[in-house]
Amino acid sequence: MELSRQQELNYNLAAMLKGGVIMDVTTPEQAVIAEKAGACAVMALERIPADIRAAGGVSRMSDPEMIRGIQQAVTIPVMAKCRIGHFVEAQILQAIEIDYIDESEVLTPADDTFHIDKNAFKVPFVCGARDLGEALRRIAEGASMIRTKGEPGTGDVVQAVRHLRRMNAEIRRVTSLSADELYEAAKQLGVPFALLREVHDRGRLPVVNFAAGGVATPADAALMMQLGAEGVFVGSGIFKSGDPAKRAAAIVKAVTNFRDAAQIAELSAGLGEAMVGINSDEIRTIMEARGV
Amino acid sequence: MNPRIAVLALQGAFREHMLVFAALGAECFEIRQRADLDRPFDALVLPGGESTVQGKLLRELGLFDPLRQRLRRGMPVLATCAGTILLAERIASDSVSHFATLPITVERNAYGRQLSSFHAESAFAGMTGVPMPFIRAPRITACAEGVEVLAEVDKFPVAVRYGRQLALTFHPEITADRRIHAYFLREVMR
Repeated sequence: MELSRQQELNYNLAAMLKGGVIMDVTTPEQAVIAEKAGACAVMALERIPADIRAAGGVSRMSDPEMIRGIQQAVTIPVMAKCRIGHFVEAQILQAIEIDYIDESEVLTPADDTFHIDKNAFKVPFVCGARDLGEALRRIAEGASMIRTKGEPGTGDVVQAVRHLRRMNAEIRRVTSLSADELYEAAKQLGVPFALLREVHDRGRLPVVNFAAGGVATPADAALMMQLGAEGVFVGSGIFKSGDPAKRAAAIVKAVTNFRDAAQIAELSAGLGEAMVGINSDEIRTIMEARGV
Repeated sequence: MNPRIAVLALQGAFREHMLVFAALGAECFEIRQRADLDRPFDALVLPGGESTVQGKLLRELGLFDPLRQRLRRGMPVLATCAGTILLAERIASDSVSHFATLPITVERNAYGRQLSSFHAESAFAGMTGVPMPFIRAPRITACAEGVEVLAEVDKFPVAVRYGRQLALTFHPEITADRRIHAYFLREVMR
C-alpha cells in the first residue's frame, strides 16, 4: 500500500513507543510519578476508566486546561482521548498540540455509526480493536497505532487476552490464504483489500499493536507481551492501587524483560494492594462493544 | 567473521536496526539485562525511543556502568535520536546526563511536539539524497573540537562522528535506505 509522507511519519512515531508502558494520569502530579517510573507516554484524562464506570452518565473529552497542565509537567509524549466519531473534540486536541489522540470506547460514543476520518488529521491516532476486521477498518480510517480494547476499568485482563489472541489467530489464518482467497477474506472481514494483502505478506498488522484494558499487575503486562503485544497501556491499574509509583516501575521493567520469570517474580513481590477490580462478567456497561 | 552487534532493547525502535544490520550481514542480538552482556560483541546500537525510560532502565538493570566502560574504551557505537541523548555530554536544561562520552550539547524535543515531526533529505558524509525522518527529534546545539559533522539540516548538525561514536538525531533504520548502517560497518567499525 502506498503511504503518504504524513502516514509514514505517524506510523513511525508509534514505533518509538514500542516496548514501553503508557499510563493513564489525571493530574500533573500523577504524570510526574508516571514519567519517573519509566512510562514512555501518558494518557491525560479527567477520570480513569474505573471511575468513569462508577460514575456512569456521559463521559467526554477532558478539559484542555487540565491537559495543558500535564503537557507542561512532563517531557514524554502526552495522549488524550476523544469520543468515537467526535471529530471536533479531535480538532481541539490537535489544536493544543497533543502528541496522540485516542479515539476511545472508554468515553461515551458521539456517533454510533461513523468513526472519525483520521486521515484528515496531521496528529497520529490510536484506536481500540477486538479483532483483525476492527483493526484494519481503523487503520483504513487513518489510525497509526492499534490497541486491544480489553474491558477498561475492570482490572480483569480476560478481554484483552481474548482480543489479542483473536487478532493473532486471524493474522495467522490470513497469512496462509492463497492470493485469490484474499479477495473473499477482505469481503468477509469488511476491510480494504490492499491492507489485508499487506497483513498477508508481512504476517503482522501494518502498524504497532499494544495491549490495553484490564492490565493491573507486572504479570498481566508480561502475559500480554508474551502473547505478542508490542507494548502496554495501563489505565486504572496504577493509580487505583496501593503504591502507584512502585507498581508503575515494576510494570515497566516487566515489559522490558517479559520472558524473565525470575525477574518478574522479584518485581511482583511486595507491591501492595492491586486495584480491587470487577469481574468483567459482572458489569453492565460493555465498553468493548462500542465502535466496531 | 561477521561483525557482532549488540542492540540495546530496553524500549523503542530496536528491532528496525536489527533488521537492517542483519540484511547487511551482521549478527545481532538484544541487550535487555546484565546477563546479555556476557556474549561477546564488536559494536553497540543505542536506538530511538524515550531517553528518560532508557536512561532509567539502564541504571536499574545494572547495564549503565558496564556499557559506559565499554564506550570509554572505544567500543564503536551507533546512536539514533534518544540514543544520541544518552551519549551526549550535556543535555540542555537538564542537570543529568547519561553516558556522556560524546562532547556535544543536545536539546531534547527541540523541534516541538509530535506534530512538528518532519521528513528531510540531505547529504551525509559525501552521499547525497539520504532520507531523514525526524521524530520528536533532539537538536545538537554545540559540538566540541574534534567532533566531525557528517550531515546538516537547516544549518544544524544532524549526524556527528567522534572517534568510533556515530550519533544521529534522525532515524535511518525506518527508511529503506541502508547506506548509513553500511557506512557504520565499513568506516566506523573498521
